[in-house]
Amino acid sequence: MTTELRRITEGNYGVARLTPAPEHGGTFLGQPKFPKAVKNELKLVVQRKNMRNATTTIRNKRALRVTETPNWEDIRQAAYEVKNRVGRHLDYYLEQAEKSLTANGVHVHWARDAEEANRIVGEIAKAKGVQEVVKIKSITTQETDLNEHLEEQGIAAWETDLAELIVQLGHDRPSHIVVPGIHRNRAEVREIFLREMKNYGRPCPEDITSNPPELANAARLHLREKFLRAKVAVSGANFILADTGSLVIVESEGNGRMCLTLPDTLISLVGIEKVLPSYDDLEIFLKLLPRSATGERMNPYNSVWSGVTPNDGPQEQHVVFMDNGRTNVLADPVGREVLRCIRCASCINVCPVYERAGGHAYGSVYPGPIGITLTPQLRGIDDPVDRGMPYACTLCAACVEVCPVKIPFTDIIVHLRNRVADAERKEFSTDVEVAAEKALMKAAAWVLGDYKHWETTMYATRAAGRVVGKHKIGPLPVPVANRWLDYRNVDHIPSQTFRDWWKANRGEEK
Amino acid sequence: MTTTTSPGTRAGTSGLPGAGLDVAVFITCINDVLFPQTGIAMTKLLERLGCRVHFPKEQTCCAQLTTNTGYFKESMGMVESYVKAYSDYDYVVAPSGSCIAAVRDQHPMLAEHAGDKGLMRDVEHTSKISLDISEFLVDVLGVTDVGAYFPHLVTIHPSCHGMRLLKLGDRPFKLLENVKGMTTVDLPAAEQCCGFGGTFSVKNPDMSSTMTADKARHIRETGAEYVVGWDNSCLLSIGGVLSRQNAGVKAIHMVEILANTEED
Ligand code: SF4
Repeated sequence: MTTELRRITEGNYGVARLTPAPEHGGTFLGQPKFPKAVKNELKLVVQRKNMRNATTTIRNKRALRVTETPNWEDIRQAAYEVKNRVGRHLDYYLEQAEKSLTANGVHVHWARDAEEANRIVGEIAKAKGVQEVVKIKSITTQETDLNEHLEEQGIAAWETDLAELIVQLGHDRPSHIVVPGIHRNRAEVREIFLREMKNYGRPCPEDITSNPPELANAARLHLREKFLRAKVAVSGANFILADTGSLVIVESEGNGRMCLTLPDTLISLVGIEKVLPSYDDLEIFLKLLPRSATGERMNPYNSVWSGVTPNDGPQEQHVVFMDNGRTNVLADPVGREVLRCIRCASCINVCPVYERAGGHAYGSVYPGPIGITLTPQLRGIDDPVDRGMPYACTLCAACVEVCPVKIPFTDIIVHLRNRVADAERKEFSTDVEVAAEKALMKAAAWVLGDYKHWETTMYATRAAGRVVGKHKIGPLPVPVANRWLDYRNVDHIPSQTFRDWWKANRGEEK
Repeated sequence: MTTTTSPGTRAGTSGLPGAGLDVAVFITCINDVLFPQTGIAMTKLLERLGCRVHFPKEQTCCAQLTTNTGYFKESMGMVESYVKAYSDYDYVVAPSGSCIAAVRDQHPMLAEHAGDKGLMRDVEHTSKISLDISEFLVDVLGVTDVGAYFPHLVTIHPSCHGMRLLKLGDRPFKLLENVKGMTTVDLPAAEQCCGFGGTFSVKNPDMSSTMTADKARHIRETGAEYVVGWDNSCLLSIGGVLSRQNAGVKAIHMVEILANTEED
C-alpha cells in the first residue's frame, strides 16, 4: 500500500456502520487553519503530482473550448445578467418555482439550515421504510453532511458517481466540487477498490489492473446491485427552472440517469440560489457549464425532469429548497456576487494555491477561490478556520479570468478580509499572530499615512544601523517575518533611498 | 509642492515623444527603499524620451499592504497622501502594475467604504490619471522602441496584477521585443503566480515558498541570465529564492532594461 493512502483504514475502525466511515466523521471540526493544514498536504508527493496533472489537463481542455467558442464573452455576460436578476428577485422566482413544481406533482419543502434539510430528507426516506438510498454526486448534500445524518438514522447512502465512490470507499473526503477524487490516481483507486468493495457489496475482481476501463467496470458492477435494489434516490440539482417547474441535472457517467429513472422516489436537495427564471435560460448555461467544468462541448447526460409522469420514472418527487446561510450572503452587497456560481470549478482548476494544497486543507467542501469566498459567508466568521480562509490566496486573479459568471473574487476576498479584520479589531485576541498583525497594521498606517513619518522612519532605521541581527533588512514596508527569510535571501539594502537620490541629483525641495 | 527635473536636462527635447509633457512619478514605498535603481531608471528613461519629470514628496504607498490585509481604516492616510501628491497632475507613472491597480480599483472602493464624498471626488481624478510605465510609454507616448540595449538572454515573468487587473496585454512584451541585443526565451507556466502575494507570504509562508520555488525552477530551466518582470515585489520574492540557490539568474525590473542604452 502506498504511504499516501494514509486516510484509508480497512473496514470501519471497528465501528459497526453501514457505509465506510469518513475521516473525522465527515466534518471539518477541529481542523487547523489553512496555513497549518497545508504543511502536511505540501509533503504528499503523490497527491501533489496527481493534482498537478489533473488540474493542468482540465485547465487546458477548458481553454481550448473557450477559444473555439466565438461569442464566449457574450454568453458569460448573459449568464451574469440572468443570475443577477435571480438574486434581485429571488423570492419571486422561488415562489414561482414552488407553484410550477407543485403543479407538476412534486412535493416542495423548505429548509432553513443543514439540520432542517437533513431532517426532511431523512424523514421522507424513513417514511418509505428503506434502509438505503442511492445518491447522485451533490456537493450540497456534502455541505449538510447528509450521508452521516442518514447513517445515524440507520439508512445507508451509497455514492454512485465514480469519483464520489472512490472517496466514499477510501474513507476520504471530497477534494474538488466536480471531481471529488481528483487527488487520487489509478493505482490508488485500484488499491481502494480491492480493499473496500468487498466490505460493502460486490467485491472487486482480484486480478484487476489499474487500467481505467477495468476500474470503471468494477465500479459499474459494484453499483449495479445498488441501483437495482434502491427504492429511493437522493440528488442535488444543477438548476431548477421556475417557469416549467423542472429539475436539471447534467453528468458524465449515466449513474445520475440510473438514479433518476430506477427508484420510485426521488429527493433533491437544492440550494435556493440554483433557480433560473426560465427553460430558455438553459441555452446559456448548458453552453457555459460543460465547457467550464470538464472541457466538453456538452455533457454526455443532460436530464430535465418536469414532475411525475405516470408509470415512468420516479412516481414520488421531493424538492427541498435550502437556505443554510445563502440569504445572509444575499444581504451583503459585495459578497452576494458569489451566489451566481454554477459550480463548474474553473476557478478551482486554475488556482495555483489549490493545485498545491489540494482540497482538504481548506476545511470546507468548497475549496479554492469559490470555497474561500463562499464558505466564510455561509458559515460566518466566528471560527478561526473560517477567518483564515480569505487569506488563503495571493490575489493573482487567475480565477477572475475564467469564471463563467464573472465573479470578482479578488474584490470579494479583500472585502471578506476587511470583515475579518473589523471583527478582530473589536476583540482582544489571544492569538499572538492576530495581535502582531493588528500592531503592524497600525504602525504601517502611521508610517505610511504621512510622508514626514515615512521619511523620519527611513532615516531613523538607517541611523540605527541597517544590520540589527542577520534578519534585519531595513525599513521594509512589508511585514517580513523571519520565516519569510527562511526560504529567501534579501541580498542588499541600498545605501541610498530613491528620495535621497532625487534630492541629490534633481534639485532641492521647495 | 514638488520638485522637477532641472531644465538643463531637457535641452533639445522637441521632437522627442514626451516633449512638453509633465509627468509625476509614483516610485512606491518598496522601490523607494529597496529598489531605488528602478525609480532612477524610470526617471532617466522618461527624461530621455523628453518628459519633464516630477517627484511629489508627499507620496508614500498605494495602501495595498493594509487594504489587502483587510485593514481599510489604516489605509486612509495613504490614500489621502496619494491624493495630496498627485491631484494637480495629468499623468502619474509608476513602475508597478500592482500599485497602479490598487490606486485605480481600491482607492475608489476605500473612499466609498469610508463614506467620504470629498475623497471620492478626489480619487476619481487621481485613479484615472495613474498609469503603469508600459501603459504610459505605449498608449500616451506611442512608443514601443525606446532605444534600449541589453545584450543578454532573458526570460519574462508576467506579474499577475499587471496582466490580470490592469490588462497590460502585450504592451510590456512589445517594449522588450525592441530592445537591441536581447534574446528572450519562453518561461514555462509563465502565467502562474510567483507566490508572493504581499502579506500572503507571511501568513502562508509554506505555500508561498512552494510557489516561488516552482517559479524559480521554471526560470532555471530556461537557462536565462535574467528574469524580467514589472513588479519588484514579485521580483523580490523570486530573486530572493534564486539568490539563496546561487542559481546564476538575476531578477531585474523591465524599466532598468529599457533605461539601458549602448552608451551606458
Ligand atoms: S465561482 Fe465561477 S469559476 Fe468558480 S465554480 Fe463557480 S461558476 Fe465556476
